Amino acid sequence: MSDTAPQPTTAAANPPVQPLESNLLPSDVVRISATPDVPQPTRQLTKVAKLIDVSKCIGCKACQSACVEWNDTHPEIGENIGSYENPHDLTPDMFTLMRFSEWENPATNELEWLIRKDGCMHCEDPGCLKACPAPGAIVQYSNGIVDFIHDNCIGCGYCVTGCPFDIPRISKVDHKSYKCTLCSDRVAVGQGPACAKACPTKAITFGTKDDMTALANERVEDLKSRGYENAGIYDPEGVGGTHVFYVLHHADKPSIYSNLAENPRISPIVEGWKGVTKTAGMAAMGVAAAGAVLMGLFTRNKVEPEEEEAAERLVQDREGI
Amino acid sequence: MTNAWTDIKNTDLVIVMGGNAAEAHPCGFKWVTEAKATRGAKLIVVDPRYTRTASVSDYYAPIRPGSDIAFLMGVIRWCIENDKVQWEYVRNFTNAALLVKDGFGWSDGLFSGYDEEKRDYDKADWDYQIGDDGYAKLDMTLQDPRCVWNLLKAHVDVYTPEFVENVCGTPKDRYLQICEMIGECSAPDRVMTSMYALGWTQHSKGAQNIRGMAMLQLILGNIGMRGGGMNALRGHSNIQGLTDLGLMSNLIPGYLNIPTEREPDWQTYMSTREFKPLRPGQTSYWQNYSKFMVSFMKAMWGDAATAENDWAYHYLPKLDVPTYDVLRMFELMKQGQVNLYFCQGFNPLMAFPNRAKLTEALSKLKLLVVMDPLETETAHFWENHGQYNDVDSASIQTEVLELPTTCFAEDEGALVNSGRWLQWHWPGGSPPGEAKNDTWIMANLFQKLRKLYQDEGGVFPEPILNLSWNYADPLDPKPEELAKEMNGRALRDIEDPANPGTTLVAAGKQVKNFTQLQDDGSTMCGCWIFSGCWNEDGNNMARRDNSDPGDAGMFLNWSYSWPVNRRILYNRASADMQGKPWDPDRKLIEWTGEKWEGYDVPDIGVTSKPGEVMPFIMNQEGTSRLFTRGMMRDGPFPTHMEPFESPIANVLNPKMRGNPVSRVFVDDAEQFATSEEFPFVATSYRLTEHFHYWTKHNKVNASLQPEFFVEISQELAAEKGITGGSRVRVWGKRGQVWAKAVVTKRIKPMQCDGKTVHVVGIPLHWGFMGAAKKGWGPNSLTPFVGDANVETPEFKAFLVNIEPAAEEPVA
Amino acid sequence: MHKPLYSDPADHIESTDPVRVSRYRGITRLNHWVTALSLIVLALSGLAFFSPHLYFLTGLFGSGQIARWLHPIIGVVLFFSFLLLFLQMWRLNLPKPEDTTWVSRIGDVATGHEERLPEMGKYNAGQKFIFWAMSVLIVVLIVSGIMMWQQYFAGLVSIPVRRVATLVHALAAVAIILVFILHVFAAFWVRGTLRAMTRGDVTGGWAWRHHRKWLREVAGRSSKGPAE
Repeated sequence: MSDTAPQPTTAAANPPVQPLESNLLPSDVVRISATPDVPQPTRQLTKVAKLIDVSKCIGCKACQSACVEWNDTHPEIGENIGSYENPHDLTPDMFTLMRFSEWENPATNELEWLIRKDGCMHCEDPGCLKACPAPGAIVQYSNGIVDFIHDNCIGCGYCVTGCPFDIPRISKVDHKSYKCTLCSDRVAVGQGPACAKACPTKAITFGTKDDMTALANERVEDLKSRGYENAGIYDPEGVGGTHVFYVLHHADKPSIYSNLAENPRISPIVEGWKGVTKTAGMAAMGVAAAGAVLMGLFTRNKVEPEEEEAAERLVQDREGI
Repeated sequence: MTNAWTDIKNTDLVIVMGGNAAEAHPCGFKWVTEAKATRGAKLIVVDPRYTRTASVSDYYAPIRPGSDIAFLMGVIRWCIENDKVQWEYVRNFTNAALLVKDGFGWSDGLFSGYDEEKRDYDKADWDYQIGDDGYAKLDMTLQDPRCVWNLLKAHVDVYTPEFVENVCGTPKDRYLQICEMIGECSAPDRVMTSMYALGWTQHSKGAQNIRGMAMLQLILGNIGMRGGGMNALRGHSNIQGLTDLGLMSNLIPGYLNIPTEREPDWQTYMSTREFKPLRPGQTSYWQNYSKFMVSFMKAMWGDAATAENDWAYHYLPKLDVPTYDVLRMFELMKQGQVNLYFCQGFNPLMAFPNRAKLTEALSKLKLLVVMDPLETETAHFWENHGQYNDVDSASIQTEVLELPTTCFAEDEGALVNSGRWLQWHWPGGSPPGEAKNDTWIMANLFQKLRKLYQDEGGVFPEPILNLSWNYADPLDPKPEELAKEMNGRALRDIEDPANPGTTLVAAGKQVKNFTQLQDDGSTMCGCWIFSGCWNEDGNNMARRDNSDPGDAGMFLNWSYSWPVNRRILYNRASADMQGKPWDPDRKLIEWTGEKWEGYDVPDIGVTSKPGEVMPFIMNQEGTSRLFTRGMMRDGPFPTHMEPFESPIANVLNPKMRGNPVSRVFVDDAEQFATSEEFPFVATSYRLTEHFHYWTKHNKVNASLQPEFFVEISQELAAEKGITGGSRVRVWGKRGQVWAKAVVTKRIKPMQCDGKTVHVVGIPLHWGFMGAAKKGWGPNSLTPFVGDANVETPEFKAFLVNIEPAAEEPVA
Repeated sequence: MHKPLYSDPADHIESTDPVRVSRYRGITRLNHWVTALSLIVLALSGLAFFSPHLYFLTGLFGSGQIARWLHPIIGVVLFFSFLLLFLQMWRLNLPKPEDTTWVSRIGDVATGHEERLPEMGKYNAGQKFIFWAMSVLIVVLIVSGIMMWQQYFAGLVSIPVRRVATLVHALAAVAIILVFILHVFAAFWVRGTLRAMTRGDVTGGWAWRHHRKWLREVAGRSSKGPAE
């Protein structure tokens, strides 16, 4: 137990089997929610990424069950509502979900069954972290993983507001926010995420962002050779790129994949709330309070004795009438 | 599988028809995505539904359930017409050139020799013309009108694209596009693989569906090739092993036969199994039958099996009927002729057709013993679960014993995968509670029974008393002991025939593989095809070396593949008549001038010269069979047959119902539905989220697919006023179920013989036990009839009706 | 009989020498302080979520989780508590013509030259502004607050609407705190005001100086006995 885990290479590589020390340390954090001026780490971890190749995905949900098993969650046994999607949405007990959409391609008249694994995208510019009011409840490591530290979570749901992808879910049981951790606990010891390990078709692969991007480009070429002219990578710039990203057959139309965001970015409203509103509001309240104190110290509005008398006269006049 | 899972990565074209590999075999399907990603392979899916496999396909076409033969014969016709034939392969490696007897013929959907009374064919004329020299006659020019090739051409002539469209409901343009894609694989350097499963087997003519594709693969020259083959995807992790070890009631381990009543003695039994070569110089491997059989008898009865007593042949039961398959057993049970039923590791109440009949049959037993890791529906068939199992418990007198067993993850042993790999595995956990290994239970039962026979005697005690039982702990045989027994060992020193005077195998040593087995009682072997799995080199099934010379996908040092660690059957056919690979990039083995060598274990004598010994050494003629002689009950060629319950009449012969030679019990015949009453075609299938009726007991799987549903097209939903997510009632002639409706674009109505055919998809996986919501299986609705050759029930095409239903009443 | 225009029927002269005028009944004062306390708790807990620099304020409540749980509940308390106040006060806070003059002479207000201002009823325009600002802001806060109340109303509105609600809630909160500061400041700055909400009465001079119309009406009514 002395070696530290290696930096991730690719998911195809066999992960280490010996016990290793964690290689994802508190000092590797680059951003912390509600904490300005985080000291920057002395080392930069290799940026990692999980690539989800939608064109290889068979919708088997092995990732979903692996996620449940690894994170030891207990999703409820629901009902069928006329679809293959179960549960029907992400939940605090289901960090990833296969979303199915039946799309008739107007160009070819062919039916396409688009199956997308939904879950946290691990944005380079995470809206959840920006919105979070609880110091240390959300952190971003230098390898790109955005993780929720549940001990610090207060369950306010601001992360829900901040997320451009509608990912975090707040538990009704412990009132903490849950989402995919990119298996930070596994990555820390040189393993890939549980979903990538379970995926039978390598639709989910994990490795360095550079390697995954290269792989994604290969896949896009293959798809183009099969007639998917608009095949491409979904790694949205609006959030600075993501550490979970997609290969799509129709990258020009993300929304056909069960409403994948077309141009995700942190909402200007959230930016405004966390930006100018906070600054200006604090300033206004500060100035007002200080002004009130100062004015209260130096001036006063006091009743004069003749006013007391005038009042007495008035009252007595009335009484006397 | 003729090939291995890993070999699928070598293909150019995958056709998934009669299966749903991505959904039912997601782990193996990785090799398809590998072939697509690394070789640019294409994937075709032909299925009544647009499945999860179709979702990653390059081309999809719909097909009406139960019409696959018409499709496949049509493709063969198209290939012949368009010269998409691997001619050298067909001429030399198939029986295309062999001449067939004049009496054989086909008309009105039936072959010559049909006897409607017996529901059987007289197959005497379904055979080759034998010359005066005792060998089959042939015409290598393929000119003789009686050669197999010309008979095949004539046979498929009716299956025009129009015929296919009319019968299968497959749009003609889609069908022709698929023909084009398949046809490209007739080139020696293009290979197609066929991946199929129960979508082909679970029909009353299931074996003929598979024959159809096998013939197509032979015509394209894809059998024995890297990336080719006929690949049956087995439905359980070890169902291949179970089949190998005698799953069928008429088989004993290694595909040897249980004798019939017409074979009262050893000589008679062996006389029909000599399999003399039908061509000069040809190897006919089944000539070794007696070695395997004698070694098996020695494994069973040890010293009690001697040359003098014909290896205790009289101990073997003799079948009075062709098979005691499950359908026959439940028919007998229903007739009150079965007292005790041992149900080990399966759940017949959900797995066999016509649940009402099954419940009636089980209710007539005196004792039902269920050995299972789970509390199955079968074990609780007597329990009232409201509408889900509406039985009158008080009226059922069957005593039920549940013996909890370990599950696969709690015991040690080998599983045989679809690719015939025997992979050893170790326990991953301890069994809960009182659960015991199946072997422990069987051993303890056996010892008690034997004691009873010893103490009290019986009608015929010898087979039990003399059963070989040489285990360290007679009450708990270990997997290692059983595996070694299957491998076989020498019972006395065996002389090396190549070096007389030296010992090949010393007494007590494990044989290397089945080539060392003898028919003089000097060897024993429990399952000849497994021989080699645990020899003096140790446990070869536990090998985990994933090196892969030549990137061929063979992985010869990973686990053990039967036979003799061969990964691709008929691999001799991957090379031409001179022994050179058809495609140098796909070399498996080649002839060096002296011997065969390469990446795989040659499927031919290593010194058998090309041109002298033909590749298909398990056949007497040395060739593969486009014409299968009298080996199948329903014809030497596949011919279009409708399901027993079909929306349209057989266009070849409107009087024919289903498979004309399938066995049908009287009561069941009366329960076949017509399309007037039940207008919609139903088909059953698995979903990825579940494994059979097991995983509904698992909360994770149950959460991923919690509730029984049926799938219908938007058109049928509109016609019936059904909305997605609402409750529907589906009923047939034999029962009814309630389910949630999934309304989908992935099922579309088809036009067949002038009628609109709607398909109702009915997944299995739900019952009245376990963690998931209670539901039903399709077997509440399915007909009690099986394939004419192997009795696999017709689960994939039957008739139902559907209507909206009220929401479930609150209990 | 006619309805009083500038005073609450319960307002009365308590004593004549010196003059003491009852301004708020006990129940009203309790109501006010419950409201005030709620607002303070809300401000403290809310500010903790508003700025990381103030997150330490959650320590007042035990933890962030408790502050998160408490804040909306107190919000509901505030809403209903203020509603009661509102029902008692809204009529006298309706605008009157003299309010315009008062506002136009705001400089005199700030410099304490009340003699230059018109006579006011129970509430001057500044107090009315605070009353109406509080009323409006509390409605805005409760509505936007419920939209973002994760524990019970998570799915009530879509996330885009919730974002707007969050922003509106923050803006309204800043505004109400500003109003609150003004209110507290005024209560202290205008000497003699505080006792109206503690003891419930004010001196005659205070009433004469700040709310002469009110005083006149109350005094006039007292002579004729209690209002019917």
